[in-house]
Amino acid sequence: MKSAPFEYTRAASLAEACELLRRHGDGAKILAGGQSLVPMMAMRLVRPAWLVDINEIPDLKFVKVEKDAVRIGACTRQCVVDRDDAIAARVPLLRQALAWVGHVQTRNRGTVGGSLAHADPCAELPLAAQVLGARMQLRSGGGTRTLDAAKFFAGPMMTSARPDECLEEIQWPVWGEKRAGSAFTEIAIRHGDFAMVAAAAQVALDDKGRCTRATFGLGGVGGIPLAFPQIAARLVGTRLEDSAIEDAASAAAAECDPGGDLHATKEYRRHLARVLAARVLREARERAGSL
Amino acid sequence: MSETLHAISVEVNGKPRSAQVPARLSLVDWLREELRLTGTHVGCEHGICGACSVMLDGEPVRSCLMYAVQANGHRITTVEGLAKPDGSLSVLQDSFCETHGLQCGYCTPGMLIASQALLNSNPDPTEAQIRDAIGGNLCRCTGYQQIVEAVQLAAQRTRTK
Repeated sequence: MKSAPFEYTRAASLAEACELLRRHGDGAKILAGGQSLVPMMAMRLVRPAWLVDINEIPDLKFVKVEKDAVRIGACTRQCVVDRDDAIAARVPLLRQALAWVGHVQTRNRGTVGGSLAHADPCAELPLAAQVLGARMQLRSGGGTRTLDAAKFFAGPMMTSARPDECLEEIQWPVWGEKRAGSAFTEIAIRHGDFAMVAAAAQVALDDKGRCTRATFGLGGVGGIPLAFPQIAARLVGTRLEDSAIEDAASAAAAECDPGGDLHATKEYRRHLARVLAARVLREARERAGSL
Repeated sequence: MSETLHAISVEVNGKPRSAQVPARLSLVDWLREELRLTGTHVGCEHGICGACSVMLDGEPVRSCLMYAVQANGHRITTVEGLAKPDGSLSVLQDSFCETHGLQCGYCTPGMLIASQALLNSNPDPTEAQIRDAIGGNLCRCTGYQQIVEAVQLAAQRTRTK
């Protein structure tokens, strides 16, 4: 359980990190919080030749609460976001998701960008990003580009970021509606473990209680976290009655193709997908209604 | 085989320490094997058990999931740093003894670090907050109940002091 030898550089700036990534290409890996990468290196599931440590780059640690988006620097610790009431007021799904992420010790070290770049299909933050349509700003020596979550997640532990790109910031859309609500839940063997299935939703209602906007998604049921924009669009105009929610949850579960393992069969995961999708939609509706 | 060595300066339990370390040396191995601070235990070595918890700049982290080179310029507190300057037990450590908050003792340093960090930021935690704070630390002996009681007792003793 010791990492294999590697070369290490503590990058002092984002420009230096990008230059190192360009120089070392596929052999280099970015070390952010290390809460997934380091155990994988200890188990020798990965053996990068170079680690580019971005933990001491001040420019990657920030929270900017703006009118339309909350912008979070990629190397911002999960605990910092969790404690931030201004973020919780504008993007409540983030704190709701973080409540399920690991433990105190891992949230103190783990970063928002690291979790997204790691792209575990069971992980909470990638699901939240997918459901909200977060935008990932990537930097390389050649400049920056921004990808929607839907384009960013490419497969299990895979993203569309090139080897020479570093995630710089994540833009989380703020919903301006007065009556909006969100919810996150999951089933895991123990709290803090990887989710067997996770679900997240956010809805907005008008003053008559009709749904004006809805989004929801599921984690752990495919190679990437899944959002269901077409199914969610059918909820718009309804009063989010239980029957409409049940229909949407069933339709989403039918689109999932979860794998089975020792802990949960394929059928059980699909069952959870339906039950949890309905649960978060109902909770989001209640929170939107209570304002 | 020769590996590149990196110079580090770290404040450990209030004392400045310097070393030359290979990049792959974990923080817990450096603390235990080079500094001989063997109070921090190393259990699973991949971030599951919490036995290796230390405070990094006052916040609990897993020292098996950090390389020693990353601690450069930071402040580390290990379980050895919790005792009073004369070496006698802290209020929390004594409370663990009082309530039988340990049996084999393997998880104890991690439990102490996690719960001391909680008490530092929240002197009057609820039972749920205590259980959440030690949620990342596995104990196979106590069933956790006496550990929760130890933290409650320490909080009460600190308040009434």
